[in-house]
Amino acid sequence: MRKSLLAVLLLSVSLLFASGSVEIFSWWTGGGEEEGLAAIYEVFKAKYPDVEIINATVAGGAGTNAKAVLKTRMLGGNPPDSFQVHGGMELIDTYVITGMMEPLTDILESWGILDKFPKDIMTICSYDGEVYSIPVNVHRGNVVFINNEILEKVGIDEVPSDGPGFLEVCEKIKEAGFIPLSLGDKDKWEAGHLFETVLLSALGPDKYNGLWDGKTSFEDPGIERAIVIFEELIKYVNEDHAALTWQDATRMVFDGKAAFNVMGDWAEGYLKTLGWTPGVEFSWMAVPGTEGSFMVVTDTFGLPKGAPNRENALKWLEIVASVEGQDAFNPIKGSIPARLDADKSLYDPYLTWSMEDFSTNALCPSIAHGSAAPEGFITELNDAVNIFITTKDRAAFLSAIKSAAEDYIY
Amino acid sequence: MFHIKRKTKRGIISFLILSPTFAAIGVFVYFFIGWTGRTSVSNWNSFARLLKGEFEFVGLRNYFRLFEDPRFQTDLWNTLYFTLFFILGCLLLGIVLAVLIDRNLKGSGIFRNIYLFPMALSFVVTGAVWRWIFAPGILPSNPQGMNLLFSLVGLDFLQWRWFTSTESFLNFNFALIPVIIAAVWQMSGYTMAMYLAGLRGISQDLVEAAEVDGATGWQIFWKIKFPILRPITLSAMIILGHISLKIFDLVYAMTGSGPNNVTDVPAIYMFETTFRANKYATGSAIAIIMLLMVAVVIIPYLASAFRKEKRI
Repeated sequence: MRKSLLAVLLLSVSLLFASGSVEIFSWWTGGGEEEGLAAIYEVFKAKYPDVEIINATVAGGAGTNAKAVLKTRMLGGNPPDSFQVHGGMELIDTYVITGMMEPLTDILESWGILDKFPKDIMTICSYDGEVYSIPVNVHRGNVVFINNEILEKVGIDEVPSDGPGFLEVCEKIKEAGFIPLSLGDKDKWEAGHLFETVLLSALGPDKYNGLWDGKTSFEDPGIERAIVIFEELIKYVNEDHAALTWQDATRMVFDGKAAFNVMGDWAEGYLKTLGWTPGVEFSWMAVPGTEGSFMVVTDTFGLPKGAPNRENALKWLEIVASVEGQDAFNPIKGSIPARLDADKSLYDPYLTWSMEDFSTNALCPSIAHGSAAPEGFITELNDAVNIFITTKDRAAFLSAIKSAAEDYIY
Repeated sequence: MFHIKRKTKRGIISFLILSPTFAAIGVFVYFFIGWTGRTSVSNWNSFARLLKGEFEFVGLRNYFRLFEDPRFQTDLWNTLYFTLFFILGCLLLGIVLAVLIDRNLKGSGIFRNIYLFPMALSFVVTGAVWRWIFAPGILPSNPQGMNLLFSLVGLDFLQWRWFTSTESFLNFNFALIPVIIAAVWQMSGYTMAMYLAGLRGISQDLVEAAEVDGATGWQIFWKIKFPILRPITLSAMIILGHISLKIFDLVYAMTGSGPNNVTDVPAIYMFETTFRANKYATGSAIAIIMLLMVAVVIIPYLASAFRKEKRI
């Protein structure tokens, strides 16, 4: 008697949860991100008012802390209903190969929207011909954000789009008493991010992409060249970089202390929440030497096996995949929609520029943001960059990159 | 006969009452220590291998690699110096404050509370606050926090890069100094409370007898009070020692690993290798090394305490 009562109770509790809620796991807590997430939640609530959203967020730049929490939950058999993950190796190597995700190809086909996404992006999110996550947005990693006022004061009309020219401009800005390039690498990945854009500029998009499928060797002299350029570049960085986060660094541009900041274009969303208008107080360009390449950082949502509220998770994924959802989220977050049929008029001048490049440029997966290489490689690379910034030991840096590649890429 | 029976009965009852606790500790503490040890000698250095659970014994390979790893070597030096200065700082400050407050001057009760308050904060809060205080800003044009304060009162020569500095001496990274200051600020109130309890427990007769013999205040403290406080010093060292050997939250919130890992500690490295790089075997090896370090400090203390208990 008691046992059956307990069973009924348990069942009703689980039913209650099944119809009532959906747990969405992400690391969107920063300026611009949080508001964007709230906007897409609104779309969800309007369509499914009876489903309660449990907003499970873990703060921390680029999801460094959230990923650790997620891994523990996944390992412990307690997955959220759907979680944010960077498309690419971060998803494939960690969760798909290990058999923790449900394939979504059939579901996308049944919704009739599989062909609404660009093929390259879906390839990043796929393994063995099956799609495993739905991209909600695309960020560009290789962007320089520019404080227009400082350039005016120093008397620079145009920032050159080649590496050496850019360094000359940096020198001028430094002489004028401003910080040329702001960096905040307390969490390490920010320095890795800067390095990967330099690596892209030294190798070019084809060779860079070749690193990940074995077509380019890690013995390529381009890597050594990247290290030399990187060493030149960090001479123009604020000296308290190790005490700052990426937000602090972007804020230095906003505060009129630094002229440039190399960051993914979530920094654009951040600058907007601080009150700036794109094109007025700040402008932007591709990182010098990487024009024509688009460093892709894509946030995606997948469906873990054993999601407690699978039905609601599918409802959520449908919103994530919809034009409506993507157009609510992206203009605020400061990213471009992954869908090709989104409403372009909703996006600000920066994002329109980015959408234009996205459809014409060579697409390159980001290392620091989990698309290009397994997480073990990223950690070792970030560590090596961090050490190099202090020691300036080129040979040690190069051999660290090579040994990380040996461990994880080959 | 009856007596013995009652004793066994009581023994059985106490065993029954205690057994859930023993079982819980056995599983959740000792079993998992064992499991961590097992993982540390495995090849589980990727998520896939861990999940498949294919155990391959690799001996002490993970440990050997760690000791060759420059980052881990830095970590060990950092732990050593951090522990040393943290314990010394807490003990010195603690005893000075305790002696001052023990004088029962006016308002000493208020100060006792003020010194104790930092202990009520979590290390994460302390870390965030001291990060703002010691954030160097850009010197000399745009100082922040402490440096700004120095420039306002004209002590510019004291400005320093604090926890972003990369200078070192005999493997002691100077960037640790701000972290040590924050940790001492937090825990010295605790040692003060311990010493205060000790001082209050010293019989007044002893002090008076010494005074009659013509001892000075300093002699009374150094020759009488301080030796009596020795067990307290030992307990404080043990408690502070195990905190500092395992420290994670304060450093993580305050400085992170720092440039060239100048403020890195084994716990942060363990966290990164395990949860970011998915190298569970290496992470477990770091955990076991940390456990051994703490054991070196704790076990002799426990052994001596145990012996004393038996004697009583």
